[in-house]
Amino acid sequence: MPSVAESRLSVRADFPIFERRFGGAPLIYLDSGATAQKPRAVIEALAAHLAEHNANIHRGVYPLAQEADAAFESARDRIAAFTGAEPKATIFTKNATEAINLVARSYGAARLGPGDAVLITQMEHHANLVPWQQICRERGAELRYLEVDEHGELSLAQLDAELARGDVRIVAFAHVSNVLGTINPVAEIAARARAARAVTLVDGAQAVPQMPVDVQALGADFYAWTGHKAVGPTGIGVLHGRRELLDAMDPFLTGGDMIASVSQLETTWNELPFKFEAGTPPIAEAVGLAAAVDYLSGLGMERVREHERELTELMLARLAEVPGVRAVGPPAGRERGALVSFTVEGMHPHDIAELLGREGVCVRAGHHCAQPLMRCLGVAATARASLGVYNEESDVDALVAALAKGQKVFGI
Amino acid sequence: MDDLYRDYILEHYKRPRNFGELEPHDLEALEHNPLCGDELGVHIRVDGDHIEEIRFHGHGCAISQAAASIASEELKGMKLEEVGELDADWMIELLGIPVSATRRKCALLNLKVVRGAVTGDNGWPT
Repeated sequence: MPSVAESRLSVRADFPIFERRFGGAPLIYLDSGATAQKPRAVIEALAAHLAEHNANIHRGVYPLAQEADAAFESARDRIAAFTGAEPKATIFTKNATEAINLVARSYGAARLGPGDAVLITQMEHHANLVPWQQICRERGAELRYLEVDEHGELSLAQLDAELARGDVRIVAFAHVSNVLGTINPVAEIAARARAARAVTLVDGAQAVPQMPVDVQALGADFYAWTGHKAVGPTGIGVLHGRRELLDAMDPFLTGGDMIASVSQLETTWNELPFKFEAGTPPIAEAVGLAAAVDYLSGLGMERVREHERELTELMLARLAEVPGVRAVGPPAGRERGALVSFTVEGMHPHDIAELLGREGVCVRAGHHCAQPLMRCLGVAATARASLGVYNEESDVDALVAALAKGQKVFGI
Repeated sequence: MDDLYRDYILEHYKRPRNFGELEPHDLEALEHNPLCGDELGVHIRVDGDHIEEIRFHGHGCAISQAAASIASEELKGMKLEEVGELDADWMIELLGIPVSATRRKCALLNLKVVRGAVTGDNGWPT
């Protein structure tokens, strides 16, 4: 174990938003699971691209257009390298949701039919649930769920039993749950699915910002994530796919840039990754996201994980000391991602979030786009405090103090 | 004293009036707040042209539960045609607290449900 001094990051000064004051109070941002704040390096890279290198890509022959092309493809290379992926099999989308829809449509819809099953889990975000519901309904396939146990974890035994039925074609699951914080064993699930000739899609929206991710080592067939949670801009998501699968798939969206040639009645598709990037892609956003992954690489993802792991453990321990607070997800001592969802007896999560907000403490309240999971947990909603690289121990102190103050308002 | 969480709001939240189910009932509706997944249902017994008895059920935040509780006392005895005329301002004024844009749906969910049960129009009150 590295010492606290070695593993703790102190990077708040890199993020201009923390200079803001809310009624004189500093910003205590505990909602990075929804979207992360942006470091100066990202803001400047975006601005510099728009100010100095802006042109459309893949069509211009003038020098400025060549600069834009180079910036865009360099961004793709750096983003792919960050997650251990191949650039040609790294597709830019609008967000993780679109990346998952791309797979559900272009892979799922063409290959699923009656007698086939898609296996997802009870902890999925609606983004990795509703697309499969739709595709299964359209294709007459069955949608089945892996259950979440009392620790907020999946059972590999249940996975094996499901796969043994022989009808599972696709296994789709979150790398890190956005509600429970559970870190799922991606490599093990992917290996078992492959042995059963099912493809895997991993929703990595919560994982990529907080831990080292090497998609080739994990062995999943598709891996989706989003830029804005990884200290990058909104408007850009990423899909990594196994090249032979992507090659065999039809496009998701069609239009400009994704074609090789178009005649009045027929079109042939462009090569990867362009086949899946119809229309003008998020160019400036790609440049911004590349700056984001460069920033995170500079910190070191092992260190980011260690920093956030320590803070999460601290937060879990401090929340446990507050009477009436119940945390959901893996209990203390088990691996978990950098968030804690919790309920407070006698207070609705919305009221918790409102009262914390007055103290400058930003948490999310609600079902976190995971209504089926909420039903499994037997709660209507939770409050969720999620961490980013810029959080410090004082943020946990502020959370606990604001919570106690809020309970006082409610006469608890 | 807290501006939003006034004593009477918390009192209605902790001990809501007319909470529960009503059997038999003539009208009913159930709605969700898509923001938070909260659920609010209403049962209404009609006598001629007015609400004779009203009960609401479900779960929600202090604002939505207090709104339902406070409104239920006003709605009892109200003519059905008057219920159809009730608007967002009626509910907000009745609550008597400054409701921010983000909590507006919490405050109005109850009226949406009641109007839906009475008139069949389940749009958000304006």
